[in-house]
Amino acid sequence: MLRFFLLTATALSLTVTAASAETIRWARAGDSLTLDPHSQNEGPTHALAHQIYDPLLQRDMSGAIIPALATEWATLPGNPNVWRFKLREGVTFHDGAAFDAEDVVFSLNRAKADTSEMQELLASVIDIRAVDAYTVDLETEGANPLMINNLTNTFMMDQGWAEANDVAKPLDHNAGQTTYATSNTNGTGAFMLVSRAVDEKTVLKANPNYWGADIYPNEVSEIIYTPIQSSATRVAALLSGEVDIIQDVPVQDLGRVADTAGLKVATAAQNRVIFFGVDNAEGPTSDVRVRQAMNMAINRDAIKSIVMRDQSDPTGVIMPPFVNGWTDALNEFPSYDIDAAKALMADAGYADGFDIALNCPNDRYINDEAICQAAVGMMGQIGINVTLDARPKAQHFPFIKEGNSDFWMLGWGVPTFDSHYIFNYLLHTNIGSRGSWNPTGFSNAEVDAMIVSLESETDLAARDATIAKIWEIVQAEQVHLPIHNQVLNWGMSENINFDVQPEDQPHFQFLTFN
Amino acid sequence: MLLIILRRLGQSVFVLFLVAFISFMIFRYVGNPVDNLLGQEATTERREALIESLGLNDPLHEQYFGFVFRALQFDFGVSYRTGEPVAEMILNRLPATIELALVSAVFAILLGVVAGVYTAINRRGFIANTILSTSLIGVSLPTFLIGVLLIWVFAVELKWLPSFGRGTSVDLGFWSTGFLTVSGLKSLILPGIMLGLYQMTLIMRLTRAEMLEVLRQDYIKFAKARGLSDRTVYFGHALKNTLVPVITIAGLQLGSIVAFAIITETVFQWPGVGLMFINAVYFVDIPVMSAYLLLVGTLFVLINLIVDLLYLLIDPRLRDGQLRGAES
Amino acid sequence: MRRFFQSDFFYAFTRSPLAMVSLFVVALMVLSAVFANFIAPTNPFDPASLNLMNGFTAPMEANIFTGEKFLLGTDDQGRDLFSAILYGLRVSLFVGMMAVGLAMVLGVLLGLIAGYVGGWLDTLIMRLADIQMTFPSILIAMLIFGVARGLLPPELREEMAITVLILSIGLSEWVNFARTVRGSTMVEKEKEYVAAARLIGLNRWQIMLRHILPNVLGPVLVIATITLALAIIAEATLSFLGVGAPRTEPSLGTLIRIGQDFLFSGEWWILLFPALSLLALALSVNLFGDWLRDTLNPRLR
Repeated sequence: MLRFFLLTATALSLTVTAASAETIRWARAGDSLTLDPHSQNEGPTHALAHQIYDPLLQRDMSGAIIPALATEWATLPGNPNVWRFKLREGVTFHDGAAFDAEDVVFSLNRAKADTSEMQELLASVIDIRAVDAYTVDLETEGANPLMINNLTNTFMMDQGWAEANDVAKPLDHNAGQTTYATSNTNGTGAFMLVSRAVDEKTVLKANPNYWGADIYPNEVSEIIYTPIQSSATRVAALLSGEVDIIQDVPVQDLGRVADTAGLKVATAAQNRVIFFGVDNAEGPTSDVRVRQAMNMAINRDAIKSIVMRDQSDPTGVIMPPFVNGWTDALNEFPSYDIDAAKALMADAGYADGFDIALNCPNDRYINDEAICQAAVGMMGQIGINVTLDARPKAQHFPFIKEGNSDFWMLGWGVPTFDSHYIFNYLLHTNIGSRGSWNPTGFSNAEVDAMIVSLESETDLAARDATIAKIWEIVQAEQVHLPIHNQVLNWGMSENINFDVQPEDQPHFQFLTFN
Repeated sequence: MLLIILRRLGQSVFVLFLVAFISFMIFRYVGNPVDNLLGQEATTERREALIESLGLNDPLHEQYFGFVFRALQFDFGVSYRTGEPVAEMILNRLPATIELALVSAVFAILLGVVAGVYTAINRRGFIANTILSTSLIGVSLPTFLIGVLLIWVFAVELKWLPSFGRGTSVDLGFWSTGFLTVSGLKSLILPGIMLGLYQMTLIMRLTRAEMLEVLRQDYIKFAKARGLSDRTVYFGHALKNTLVPVITIAGLQLGSIVAFAIITETVFQWPGVGLMFINAVYFVDIPVMSAYLLLVGTLFVLINLIVDLLYLLIDPRLRDGQLRGAES
Repeated sequence: MRRFFQSDFFYAFTRSPLAMVSLFVVALMVLSAVFANFIAPTNPFDPASLNLMNGFTAPMEANIFTGEKFLLGTDDQGRDLFSAILYGLRVSLFVGMMAVGLAMVLGVLLGLIAGYVGGWLDTLIMRLADIQMTFPSILIAMLIFGVARGLLPPELREEMAITVLILSIGLSEWVNFARTVRGSTMVEKEKEYVAAARLIGLNRWQIMLRHILPNVLGPVLVIATITLALAIIAEATLSFLGVGAPRTEPSLGTLIRIGQDFLFSGEWWILLFPALSLLALALSVNLFGDWLRDTLNPRLR
């Protein structure tokens, strides 16, 4: 009977149909959540949307901002509160409708709607005006010198199409409604939607009227996108040649992929830092010496070489190198020193250590649980008896946000590439719309005031000086225990050339074939 | 008779409500969807507003009755995760799961019955004993490991069979099938084996035991004494009498097929309802989880009911109100 | 009568090499689990004793950083696999046995009551069994695990993980015991010795526990053995779904889940040794259960 199966299998395998050279079969761990470009502010969702829709400006494969649907942008001379965008002319949507300033006004307002998940990025915008058919003004409350950083994932839709299909606002989760834009698209992007089955397969084909036809290589004619959650299966699919490119290659499989004939691994630093948060206000960790001792007890090099297989960039600050404000000096971390750490613990009156629970996600960051597990052992070396509580992210994040944890793991991506983004969410006192991810209890009025002042400071040199000053205070207080910046690894077929993008977003118009 | 059926139906409905309530209890504890929904920039106010408007602060019984009331009108709401209507999601994914379950059931029953009969007839044979012992290996390893090993051997090393997905499926309008394409059929083999292996072992042992039991009966001895060929005796008389209990137990096992489909579908990225459920658990997609559990609950209550009624029809002794005695 | 049965039983045992070998393997594994802390060279549950730099050391090869050697190599945290397997065996066996014990006590009691008392109690218990069957066991386990994890304070969660595993597996396996005992009880209660016991004025509990129970224990023993193998595998499956024993105090199932991540990367030992241990354990228990079934009650399916 078994032989029967094997024979059948061999017979069937003879009829494999080779995909055409221009088709890219792309897999990653998670599917896009929705095709509505403003409904979710989430990596895989934006990654798919970038193929179909365009923002005004975008980050290229190296992370630099380049023109997309806007060709020029600047603040008005004499009025730093208004950004003026010159739009690309002659662009059409996939259905043939022309793209103009009205669409931009419509799309930005849609992204600001109360059901939009992109609204926080546009929180400082108070007015959006069409000056003429190809010029748009964006007025902010006070000057916002870094406004454009917030626009790289804000996509442009066609006003006529959206209104005709009753999707002038993004989906409202609470109203129990579903909308046309969830499963239908009409963008200006390099690819058009052919078919989509959530969690199964999404097929895109090249847009024949793409505005970037002469700007980018545009060698891909078809994309078949399949999410594969199980990491072993995802790697298996690449190894067996069933897909051409996978994002999120598990670090332990990089060697196998690189050694396989016809496959290669491309690597780039990711704009995401991983760190431990600790309670700064209560308990043993409220003593800065304890926090410093814990910081010294983390053997970052061992985590890098064993847990991460060299695919990480250890750091001493909770800021990836892409971010404005990053310096080599800040990035330095104390050498792993158990004796010095023990001395600090003794100074603080904890020579015998203490008990603490470490809350950790197990489905969010690269090897998150394994890093935490290693940390449990490292803390044990200085007498801190750690209980590890690893949970899915849906339980972990609410738990730590509500301030229930004394010691937790968190990762932070910085889409604006500016320190202010880190300060505002992680270090400002948790009050009102600020400090929403700061359950540390760290609260410093001077720091808070400086964080707010960054938002309207137009003198960039003075602004950078304030940023440096905030970091100085934060580092001296050892508010967090930084671990490393993540590294992205894409496994792909050797016959394609493709750079890894620091936001983990492949833009397939850049891909070329050998 | 009618009264018994009605009473049994009433009990089933009660069980169903209880199942729905228990499954609803779990949602309090699987996590909180708002951080998944809002992304990292969301302010604390928006978070709280969303919790409030999703009704997550309402008393549990209000949430539950609201859910049951809407479910009775076949309104399961919209998935938090994808924004699709839940009823539509389930209908779209059901064919994949049903086809996989069908293939694994056919694999399990065919192979199980053949091997069971063989091992019963050749009771002392070396091959029969080898089959019996090795078949235990399949149930002595966790299924997820068997799935990963199958992928490793047949997809990565031999490159014979696909490692994930359904291949190309043909849309028949109301049903998308993988039976009509080569890649669809190839895709069914590994997950079908993984899902069917446990049932296959079970059915094989059951068939063997039933067959041995039947072969001991007088009428088989008479048949043999009358000079009928072994073949006629084994397959004409013995097997026929063996199959009824085997099919019954196999039917009752449908439950574990559906449950283990969750694992098989996760390992093979099989786009069925099991994968949908596990994704809903990760995302705390409450509408999808509720609907799935209610669907599974209904399915099993129905199977139970049908089995009970069948027993009632087959065995008149049970009609005095005693349903299903010591059938296990 | 009893001695005759025992000698017959023992004779059958000595005649079956398969039964002897499987019982020997089970006994060996139970003993190594019980005495794990004397046999194991290290304590894998003490995170402070681990050196991360020992991670991924191949069996019997010196680690390139520390020069240490390990019989079966180390896992991703530098944990000695031999010790981890011994301790993991202990966790798996403990969870399995306690879960079976729970399922057995619960199932036998409910089965006795349902079969002997009958009436509305019987209906209630059997409908309860239906609900249980309605929910596939791994779903029940996920449910109990989820609720317990939500209810418990964080400090207790890790310690409670094992208890919760036992509860979830135990509570999802009682139905088989109950159904079987109920059936046998219904047969037994019509027999003369029960009528006699009733005549001399023994109460229900005395009759159920002292007279009927010993006569229905044979099949219970068989089901218990087979359920033990099931429970050990179920624990491993739950760990795949992320609700098993924690990584800091892993069971065999957790070790396998960790090990399968390294199937393609060349660190085969992290998966192979725990998987072989689990296979040997579950296979021996199954084989022994098989033999037990055939010997004790050839008619039992």
